[in-house]
Amino acid sequence: MSQRVGIIGFGQTYHRSRRDDVNGVELINEAVRAALEDAELTIDDIDAVVIGNMDHFEAVNYVDTWSVDGSGAWMKPLIKLTTGGTTGSTLGIAGYHHTASELFDVVLVIGWEKNSESDTTGAIITCSDPIFDRFSFSGALPGLAVEASTYMKRYGITEEDAALVTVRDREHGANNPYAQLQKPVTVEEVMQSPMLSWPVKLLDICPRSDGAAAVIFAGEQKAKKLSPRPAWVLSTAVRHSHSYFGDINYEEIHTMQEAVKELYKNVGIKEPLKELDVVELYQPYSFAGLKWIEAMGLCKPGESPRLLRDKVTHMDGELPFNPSGGVICTNCIGATGLLRIGEAALQVMGRAPGRQVPDVNLALSTGFGGAYWTDLMLLGSRPW
Amino acid sequence: MSVHLEENIFYDGRIRMPYKWAVGKTGSFFLTQLRDHARIWGSRCPDCEMVFMPPRKNCPRCLVTDTTWVELPPRGVLETFTVVHFNEPSLQPMKPPYIYGIVKLDGADTGLTHLVNEIEPDSLWPGMRMEAVFKKANQRRGEITDLLYFRPEGGARQ
Repeated sequence: MSQRVGIIGFGQTYHRSRRDDVNGVELINEAVRAALEDAELTIDDIDAVVIGNMDHFEAVNYVDTWSVDGSGAWMKPLIKLTTGGTTGSTLGIAGYHHTASELFDVVLVIGWEKNSESDTTGAIITCSDPIFDRFSFSGALPGLAVEASTYMKRYGITEEDAALVTVRDREHGANNPYAQLQKPVTVEEVMQSPMLSWPVKLLDICPRSDGAAAVIFAGEQKAKKLSPRPAWVLSTAVRHSHSYFGDINYEEIHTMQEAVKELYKNVGIKEPLKELDVVELYQPYSFAGLKWIEAMGLCKPGESPRLLRDKVTHMDGELPFNPSGGVICTNCIGATGLLRIGEAALQVMGRAPGRQVPDVNLALSTGFGGAYWTDLMLLGSRPW
Repeated sequence: MSVHLEENIFYDGRIRMPYKWAVGKTGSFFLTQLRDHARIWGSRCPDCEMVFMPPRKNCPRCLVTDTTWVELPPRGVLETFTVVHFNEPSLQPMKPPYIYGIVKLDGADTGLTHLVNEIEPDSLWPGMRMEAVFKKANQRRGEITDLLYFRPEGGARQ
């Protein structure tokens, strides 16, 4: 019992550092209505709802129940999922599983966050083990900086190399009316921004956003009937690792290496740089735009700065990354992974005005979270 | 529904929740040995032979529970580090700047996240030899911070 699945609708809010004009439930509703409108459906067409956000960010338990007034899940099957940074990609993959199982035919998936409502770094610290890890943990920033410092030492990577990634994504973000940060920056501005956790500076890291995203998945027959050009789910891959931060081998990103190996094998990709058409990378900080694309097999370890300097991953390059501006421009965490999926779907459907990559057949979206976990979803213009 | 108003209202809240986390027998052995003798123990998996620090009751990879104790020296290698320059007001009382590092003790296969001190950040490098500095015996309380921090092997560097 299983069916092929396509994405037939995507909606998102205009992401901002704060949305004081709406509460969380109202914010969720904006994305839900946008997705239904995009798919030309009504809430009556939805068979089940999957929703998620970060633990402790808004301090509301049972978010599934609390948000029903905005999500449209009244009298429908509903589940909440939360897996830290990977929440959004987990949600998308769960929506795919719900639909592929044939138990549901049209599934609405919602990710959201109101980062402005709490001390989110404090909230993230609660993800660390309270006995052994928490006393020294100061949130996502130092957790990423320890990866950057190892990578720099091993391959002679510079802070200026990483700044090129921020500059690229901020340039792309200027094309996306939904992005929180739409103003391009220079390498000099990145280098002169305040040092937060050496070698990571303010402009190397993602912002904190208020925003929501909603994606509608449909089974093969429904998708063909309801959408002129669905974005078909071709493959997913998920790798989680340890929870103690000392257990991670920071010289690699093992989860990404293993996840891409499975995904490329599933669909027969041998040369990802040539075969993929666009990537929406869950890239929480600039250095990931170097090291992780090496783990994706786009070049040899330590050689990624050349791809950035040659603009291979820019909009007009061989494999554009983050046409939306990515996580460097917008980071409403529970929605962030789902935004990668939604933006990748828009690219396949040919409906990303201002940021459309021409002739997209294969679009890869990724999720990242926890102690260096990786989720992948590959979307394509043909179901097989 | 359109609304005309003069201001957006905010509702301030704060949740103070006390917790009491059980460390378990395995972690309790580790912490009492640290408190009473300033000795550090890891766990070795009989199947994959990996030595985990902090110790685990079961091997995280193989899930077998007949792990054995391995005493580890208070010395090892700095795997990576960062210098934290920002202040986190709610849950992290440490005052910046401070060095957050991961030290793999000799004989262990995993690192311990901890603090590094008695050295200027510019003089630190991944791969540097480190040694543990413990609190005085009468100040140790059976917490991971009974190990105060790591410093370069052989003492302070300037």
